Amino acid sequence: MPNIYFNEQAIECAENESVLDALIRHKIDAPYACQAGICQTCMLRCSEGEISADAQSELKPNLRTLGYFLACQCKPQSDMHIELPDSKQLYVSARLLEKTALSPTVTRLRLQTATPMYYHAGQFINVKRHDGVIRSYSLASLPSEDPFLELHVKRMPNGDLSNWLADQFEVTDSIDIEGPVGDCFYSCETTQQPILLVGSGTGLAPLVGVLRDALHNHHAGPIKIYHGAFNQQELYLHQQLSDIAAQATNVEYHRIITGEMPEEIVLKGRGCDQALNDNPDLKGWKVYLCGAPAMVKSLQQRVYLAGVSMQDIHTDPFETRDMHKV
Amino acid sequence: MSTLFEKIGGEAAVNAAVDIFYRKVLADHSISHFFETTDMAAQHARQKSFLTMAFGGPNNYSGDDMRTAHAPLVARGLNEDHFNAVAGHLQSTLQELNVADELIAEVMNIAGSTRDDVLNR
Repeated sequence: MPNIYFNEQAIECAENESVLDALIRHKIDAPYACQAGICQTCMLRCSEGEISADAQSELKPNLRTLGYFLACQCKPQSDMHIELPDSKQLYVSARLLEKTALSPTVTRLRLQTATPMYYHAGQFINVKRHDGVIRSYSLASLPSEDPFLELHVKRMPNGDLSNWLADQFEVTDSIDIEGPVGDCFYSCETTQQPILLVGSGTGLAPLVGVLRDALHNHHAGPIKIYHGAFNQQELYLHQQLSDIAAQATNVEYHRIITGEMPEEIVLKGRGCDQALNDNPDLKGWKVYLCGAPAMVKSLQQRVYLAGVSMQDIHTDPFETRDMHKV
Repeated sequence: MSTLFEKIGGEAAVNAAVDIFYRKVLADHSISHFFETTDMAAQHARQKSFLTMAFGGPNNYSGDDMRTAHAPLVARGLNEDHFNAVAGHLQSTLQELNVADELIAEVMNIAGSTRDDVLNR
């Protein structure tokens, strides 16, 4: 069995076990969240040894060169020496410019970095508190129009970072961020392609970014945005989206109140099915699905069966560690 | 003398076929439970590898890989009927894309040659 040396502590890795699973099994406190190779919060650096190709395929070339890899995707074939990422290489500091409550559970943060970050609206960044706790948040801002990075932070029931960001992180305070990550952004081949955007909760954050980016690029095809929220108050961008829909003739905004549905339907991920029922034939469409994992996964299959090509389905399931604990 | 893979249209043909094929499979409730996973994109990629192989394209499939990969499905009841259903969807996908009959026959031959390995016989 290969050994991994984490800060020089030897840890035996079982056959077919990922580096992350081995660290968790040995109760070593390493950051992680999705465990599916998407969020990149479990990124570590290998100082010696061989990294499997899968563990680096989603990383930027410069990070690969520096020996970074995703612990959840790496099954060592031989001994590896690994360490936590060097914060200075990976993270940049961002200062809080503005903090606004958008609903009883959603807080909007606007951050500024010393040098502008290159990103697409709808991608996400990883936010790291001074004690090393990392969480992913989507970018609702538009780089060409907004001189800040905008995040929508939803309080999670056991949310370590979300409650801290909402309650204790204050204007002029700084926090480390890394990214951007993900392919959930506006990338239509023609401006005529119809677009369907479905988000639950703060899954709306990347979608409003995609919507604004589409309009910025003079998208002419129909754009339909559906926001699923527990109640009227949690439709936290109701005014902004109503205004956009009133101004742009190709944009439709639909509200879905999930709190009025049987809980079972929502748990099964069927809370936002209205988006599909209204649009049963989706051949040729571009679709973005963000938010509750059950909803994203259920709709992903259903929109595919409704004719959307796999490459035109962009998903961002908000898998959170705090949710796994519940 | 071009190969089957070239005659059928290469990777572009695979890309055109995989969406149609995987959609047919998922919509068929007699077999869809074998294909439903939490990671749909990965499953879609697997179907693409399968089609590349069936189209005579470059692939790394071995009979043993086929056996190992399908053993858990056989344990869950995968049988001849399911295999035939998948083969039927492959055939109708190719017909839908107007592939010439003699090329379809060659593809179905390759797909059929995996039968014993897939069913672990």
